[in-house]
Amino acid sequence: MRKLSKLRRSALASPLLLVIALFAIGTTFSVASATNKSELTTDQRSAQIAEGKQIFLKGCSSCHGLNLEGGAIAPSLIGVGAASVDFQVGTGRMPMADMSTQAVRKKPVYNDEQTAALAAYVASTAPGPAIPTESMLNYERDGNTAEGGTLFRTNCAMCHNFAGQGGALTQGKYAPSLMGVEPKYIYEALITGPQAMPVFSDKTLTPAEKLSVIKWIKGAENEPQLGGAALGRVGPVTEGLLVWTLGLGLLIGVAVWLATKAR
Amino acid sequence: MTARERVAGTVANYVDERTGAAKWAKKNLTKVFPDHWSFLLGEVALYSFIILLLSGTFLTFWFDPSQREVLYEGSYEPLNGLHMSAAYASTLHISFEVRGGLLMRQIHHWAALIFMAAIVVHLMRVYFTGAFRKPREFNWIIGVGLLTLGIVEGFLGYSLPDDLLSGTGIRIAEAIIQALPVVGTYIAFFAFGGAFPGEAFIPRIFTVHVLLLPGIFLALITVHLMLVWYQKHTQWPGPGRTEKNVVGYPLMPAYMAKAGGFFFIVFGVTAFLGAVASINPIWLYGPYNPGQISAGSQPDWYMGWLDGLVRMAPPLELHLLGHTIPLNILIPGLIVPGILFTGLALYPFIESWITGDKREHHLLDRPRNVPNRTALGVMSLTFMLVALLNGGNDIIATTFHLGINQIMWFSRIAIFVLPPIAFVVTKRICLSLQRADRELVLHGRETGRLLMLPHGEFVEVHEPISPELAWKLTAHEQAPALALEDVDARGVRRAGGLKNKLRKRISAANAESIAKPTANDLKEIEHH
Repeated sequence: MRKLSKLRRSALASPLLLVIALFAIGTTFSVASATNKSELTTDQRSAQIAEGKQIFLKGCSSCHGLNLEGGAIAPSLIGVGAASVDFQVGTGRMPMADMSTQAVRKKPVYNDEQTAALAAYVASTAPGPAIPTESMLNYERDGNTAEGGTLFRTNCAMCHNFAGQGGALTQGKYAPSLMGVEPKYIYEALITGPQAMPVFSDKTLTPAEKLSVIKWIKGAENEPQLGGAALGRVGPVTEGLLVWTLGLGLLIGVAVWLATKAR
Repeated sequence: MTARERVAGTVANYVDERTGAAKWAKKNLTKVFPDHWSFLLGEVALYSFIILLLSGTFLTFWFDPSQREVLYEGSYEPLNGLHMSAAYASTLHISFEVRGGLLMRQIHHWAALIFMAAIVVHLMRVYFTGAFRKPREFNWIIGVGLLTLGIVEGFLGYSLPDDLLSGTGIRIAEAIIQALPVVGTYIAFFAFGGAFPGEAFIPRIFTVHVLLLPGIFLALITVHLMLVWYQKHTQWPGPGRTEKNVVGYPLMPAYMAKAGGFFFIVFGVTAFLGAVASINPIWLYGPYNPGQISAGSQPDWYMGWLDGLVRMAPPLELHLLGHTIPLNILIPGLIVPGILFTGLALYPFIESWITGDKREHHLLDRPRNVPNRTALGVMSLTFMLVALLNGGNDIIATTFHLGINQIMWFSRIAIFVLPPIAFVVTKRICLSLQRADRELVLHGRETGRLLMLPHGEFVEVHEPISPELAWKLTAHEQAPALALEDVDARGVRRAGGLKNKLRKRISAANAESIAKPTANDLKEIEHH
């Protein structure tokens, strides 16, 4: 014990401890941030862009043009940004299965790596909204449910319904249900405005407000059915249907039974 | 006499000596009511009204009908810290903190939907069986009044919680008021105590919803039932049933037991729905804010047809002397409903004008035997159904992957085309059913047994029907068309020629029927 005490009082102890502490912090930080540090080297990035270009030429160029310039049936992709590609391809909306009014969410055609390559290629041609990183999407920490609800009712409910169940738009278009949509895709949809949806730039909804909206949507998604069967959360139409089928059906059934003569 | 009977007798005697109730009870408790399931539909409406009174009273204990702004600090986390009206906050309080509050709210709302649905099916029963004919025209008008008030009362209840859906409904109601030429703006300002939404509306409609309209309801329902009591219930035709008697069970004990039991069944069904199915989850809608709206904002079903009519109206506007007259709101929102409900109320008088029938009727019509009335009823229902479906056009569009514009165009055309088709088809079906009845009476029931005659011919054996059934199928009368002369006995043209002509034509169409078999027809058949 004396020996340890002596060592602690030595003149070298303070600088040595400082060096050890700095080293420990540096190491921990480099280990902890290693995932974010996996920035691709220039060579790797070039290779990814080249791969993306190949995929684009095979799978997308017939509609969007060899140089992303668009055509009669598809918009130009110059400047749409990586976020747009990640949203459209990652949710399976692109490539489209048929030329109906609206691209529907389906099983993605390309895997994560191919989607990333496509996004890198499109982003390389012109600047545009980037894919939000994990740290930008921490809605649990940075969002506020009550504020998100107010923002949702002001900006989103008129198309997506009060509970995010989706709704009809004109000419067969529709706002899809938001239930079960990954936060990343909600964020990307907000910043890129896919299909009939408007863009909600950071001036309209700040990043923190976007996270609040996402937090409210996730809350609505996970909310237990407080009053019993939710009936789709689409308002009085399903309630009226239930009254005329089950409610009145039961009551008329009982009335018939009551008026039956005893045998 | 046992001890119990002695006690009961003493009590009964005590009451009778002071009130003279025995004579009254003897007369009324033995009153006879005919028995048929369709006669119980009005009872469903009555019982759900009682449930509405009870559950509504419960809700008033905690509801705060005020638009005063409060900060929500209740147990529903997603709304915590938001500013809202006291009305909305207290509805959240009822839903989440009051014991049994959410169940009561849901029972109240489900009972309201059942109440309106029961009124409609009861009205359909009365209409299609001709139970509105003399002497019951007044009761018919009271019934139409109850239906109309029910729509208003339901709408006010839907508006009270002051959530996003409520406010949207009130906003549309305000627009319909404003669509009235000249006076609309003034009435709207008067009703809202200023500009929309103001702070006066919720307290005002609360008074109307819990005091004025329930009071009028109670009074009208009482008169409605007293008239049924006084005029006696109608009955289906059958052997031994005439225009001068009532065949059925006495009130005590059979009918009273059934009716009492039925009340608890209606309560049970309402409570069951309130317990298992969510209705109007106001916490999801959020507090009302005029700047917000939800996709798929609908009224409750009994107003859905009105919403559907407004939704299908093309954007028509008139500009007169610097005033805008929005025909796209005025026509579907006020004029068409006005015509429909006035026509409905006056129908008994219209029909008696057409048939010239001023006699009392206590025997019901089988719908097939009055093809024109039945067809008119189906035609009106078709109109309402098209309007109702268009009221839910957005939900239909997303559910069945259709375009909302196509549904709207379908409705715009169908509202004019389908009702007349429904009229013609229903009339033909009624006449065919009459033909089938005639066939059944004359030739009996097809037994499906084949018989080979000695000379090799095969015939199917027909079995004569029971006399009871034959009575039922032939008891109705078939009045000829009105013989209205264009000129009087001296060859002078009558006044009101056009009106007479119209009456003559409708009367002739109304009298179209398949001649029911007569006794002679039957005898002739037996000779063969």
